[in-house]
Amino acid sequence: MTVARIEARFAALKEEGRPGLVVFVTAGDPDLETSLEVIKGLPAAGADLIELGMPFTDPMADGPAIQAAGLRALNGGQTLRKTLDLVRRFREDDATAPIILMGYFNPIYSYGVAAFLTDAKMAGIDGLIVVDLPTEEDPELCLPAMAEDLAFIRLATPTTDEARLPTVLRNTSGFVYYVSINGITGSAAPDTAAVSAAVTRLKGHTDLPVAVGFGIRTPEQAAAIGATADAAVVGSAVVSMIGTAAAEGLSGPDLAARVNAFVATLAEGVRGARRSAA
Amino acid sequence: MVQAASATPNSFRTGPDEHGHFGIHGGRFVAETLMPLILDLEKAYETARKDPAFRAELTYFLTHYVGRPSPLYFAERLTDHFGGAKIYLKREELNHTGAHKINNCIGQILLAKRMGKKRIIAETGAGQHGVATATVAARFGLPCTIYMGETDIERQSPNVFRMKLLGAEVKSVTSGSRTLKDAMNEALRDWVTTVEDTFYIIGTVAGPHPYPAMVRDFQAVIGHEAKAQMMKAEGRLPDTLVACVGGGSNALGLFHPFLDEPDVRMDAVEAAGLGLETGKHAASLAKGRPGVLHGNRTYLLQDDDGQIIEAHSISAGLDYPGIGPEHSWLHDIGRVNFVSATDQEALDAFQLCARLEGIIPALESSHALAHVARIAGDLPKDHVILVNLSGRGDKDIFTVAKALGAEL
Repeated sequence: MTVARIEARFAALKEEGRPGLVVFVTAGDPDLETSLEVIKGLPAAGADLIELGMPFTDPMADGPAIQAAGLRALNGGQTLRKTLDLVRRFREDDATAPIILMGYFNPIYSYGVAAFLTDAKMAGIDGLIVVDLPTEEDPELCLPAMAEDLAFIRLATPTTDEARLPTVLRNTSGFVYYVSINGITGSAAPDTAAVSAAVTRLKGHTDLPVAVGFGIRTPEQAAAIGATADAAVVGSAVVSMIGTAAAEGLSGPDLAARVNAFVATLAEGVRGARRSAA
Repeated sequence: MVQAASATPNSFRTGPDEHGHFGIHGGRFVAETLMPLILDLEKAYETARKDPAFRAELTYFLTHYVGRPSPLYFAERLTDHFGGAKIYLKREELNHTGAHKINNCIGQILLAKRMGKKRIIAETGAGQHGVATATVAARFGLPCTIYMGETDIERQSPNVFRMKLLGAEVKSVTSGSRTLKDAMNEALRDWVTTVEDTFYIIGTVAGPHPYPAMVRDFQAVIGHEAKAQMMKAEGRLPDTLVACVGGGSNALGLFHPFLDEPDVRMDAVEAAGLGLETGKHAASLAKGRPGVLHGNRTYLLQDDDGQIIEAHSISAGLDYPGIGPEHSWLHDIGRVNFVSATDQEALDAFQLCARLEGIIPALESSHALAHVARIAGDLPKDHVILVNLSGRGDKDIFTVAKALGAEL
């Protein structure tokens, strides 16, 4: 399915006249089986797309919540190979929810780009977000991934000015991820008016859907962002909840139930931001 | 004419290419938030380096504030002790703040001023780069935050206090291995948040382009001076250059002006920690493989999954699981020989240099001296070795005392 699965999901959202909810969780957090339970429950809880974090020892763009999630997963023995296998198992029951891998380049580079793309496609992955691959490094992974019909989703940020935007939007597919603040994941809440202006600016340069993330923690914020963006991404708030639940001794279906109950409130928020179909 | 990638280049000094690559190494592997600034920095540096006014200002501060040129000193007693090659020391430890790090800091802060930046950040391992950065920030009146791993704060407490005296805020980093790599992660997290007004003074020849080339250029003053000083002292170039290498700024600063001198051998000394076979070391060329971290591709200590492995060295300044990308390239093409010295060998060389020459070297530089101790005796008396004594060891006395079982 690959990039087509993402396009189909955004087309359906447009049809419904509502923004989507993208939920980020780290693969293997707090352990592999619990992680699978969480992910399996996400579509029913109202996540329209799933962003699956690939744990890395040195997550330079992430705040404390996602750093801690990565560490929990790595301490549990998570590897990129196991992350791909997690997606393969998810796909046994779910053929429609788009899954995007998000993380840093080194584990992919270490795996081998060609082997990774083959295995990722086979596992049922639809797109990639690789934080430390700006457009200047497109030959590394972006171009090979797009040749394999995997979406390579670009991050645009408040520092990406008009002059640079066309460069950033070249060689991209699926959707554009607007990073709402200069900063790391889980930072302060973005200014909704500024985000709205930025989304409008982006849409002047691309026909791709625009998802907005970084700093969105509550159903209300998700709804406010969803008023202009095509999707809102929530990550740190969800993985913090996983961390807390794991620290309380929860795992498996119990942990998944608590996390997905929160995801359901986010979904409700986003769905409340219903707009007239464009 | 198409040449094989492995062919020897006409010059070893032309890198990097326009994308910041040295062979397969280098590049710009950073988050999009930082990319516009990285491009601005590249432009600003290109303009500055060709501007006579900038060069004059740099020379002024290197001369009157840093105290350059640093002496080239014939280490007669070490030479006699080993009974072989003539040993010269390039006395970078005599610079203001006690190490080579300030050469680069002066250059970068002048650039920061030109770019209108209002705040300085830096990472530090041993604290030498942190002290040098805090020093120039004080001199140029800019607020400064230094990120330092909690482990390093414990073992380099004199430098922590020096930074505070200089008016810098020292932030303790408690993530990961709590050493240099984690301090660099945290500095990058700060930078991505404050990118509009903050200048990140990277302390070594690593990071996204243009940092590796820029830091090298600022440190190359070491090699340029040494070349002229050696001509005066010996009437010829040295036979062997020796320098320690963590990120590799003092080594590249010495080596770069000599790279196209075919008769000059270059030995760079990685930290072998408790021994290369123990896994507790910081020898990324000896034991690592190419990967991507902190903005560049280079040799890294990593596991089969591409996760970064924590380095170990008694010397906080070498305790890093990577190395500058130009070194990785010089290793690939065989221009520089990379060897290693253990914690114990460095400790022995530290004490020997103190007792024979009256110079207490930094533990980092002691790795270079340890390699000299291995090779000097077997070389003929007309063989000239030039060692970069990159820093002084006052900061290390607590670590050394602990290792020797002495109470302070």
